[in-house]
Amino acid sequence: MNGTVAHLNRRYHFAASHRLHIDALSPERNREIFGKCNNPFGHGHNYVVQVTFSGPVDAATGMVTNLADLDSFAQREMLDHFDHANLNTLEYFLDLVPSTENLCLELWRIFAEYPHAKLERIRVEETGNNAFDYFGNGAKIKHQE
Amino acid sequence: MILLTRKADFSAAHFYWNDSWTEAENYRVFGKCANRQGHGHNYTLEVTVEGNVDPTSGFVVDLKQLKDILEREVVSVYDHRHLNHEVPEFKTAVPTTENIAIAIWRRLAGKIPNAKLYRVRVYEMPDLFADFYGEGA
Repeated sequence: MNGTVAHLNRRYHFAASHRLHIDALSPERNREIFGKCNNPFGHGHNYVVQVTFSGPVDAATGMVTNLADLDSFAQREMLDHFDHANLNTLEYFLDLVPSTENLCLELWRIFAEYPHAKLERIRVEETGNNAFDYFGNGAKIKHQE
Repeated sequence: MILLTRKADFSAAHFYWNDSWTEAENYRVFGKCANRQGHGHNYTLEVTVEGNVDPTSGFVVDLKQLKDILEREVVSVYDHRHLNHEVPEFKTAVPTTENIAIAIWRRLAGKIPNAKLYRVRVYEMPDLFADFYGEGA
């Protein structure tokens, strides 16, 4: 099992609030596009982020990547910023609607920096009924409902 | 072409250890997973096969037959066993989730009539799972 490529999937959880709103549009137009997601004080979700990495299975460890390394990266780069936060206040979303699609793109940017394996997919589950997948540059966002 | 997935569960013990390393090195890399007494998980196996729908039966594969193959080739060997001590492929390979997925693929390859293995997915726990798509993938 030396050098054979496998995929490792890890799921992380965070709770955050957000409001879908575009300043440049009228209140009526925002309401029309975003519905109750536009309510003025925001609302929140228990998000699940599922990351998929690929790479050769190291002959000595049997691993694509050491989970302790991935978990500490996720804690430092994602959870420390996103958990129990208001997404609209994060730098990336100051001028961008914190939709789950945009969240996928930002999380891709973050996890693509992980040095020990190749990022294959970011999945974000906003609720138990909504999941979004992003596979990297140019690939389509897939919406499951 | 249709993909069909069958699940199976097994519970097993394991630990992570590399004999060519010192004890300190093993604990540094593997953490608490290096405890030589072992620990255990309820694993969930998902085997996905691809094939064409048989016009007579409407099946890709006979699910009962697939269930029996999973039972014979994997579950009867892994369930309620200590992977390091009782399953031959882990005499040499560390029984990580990745290696378990690869080993199960190799146990099943060529054994399922009329369908091709597409993916072996092994959940060690709901938040950690590995996928294997075959040797060349």
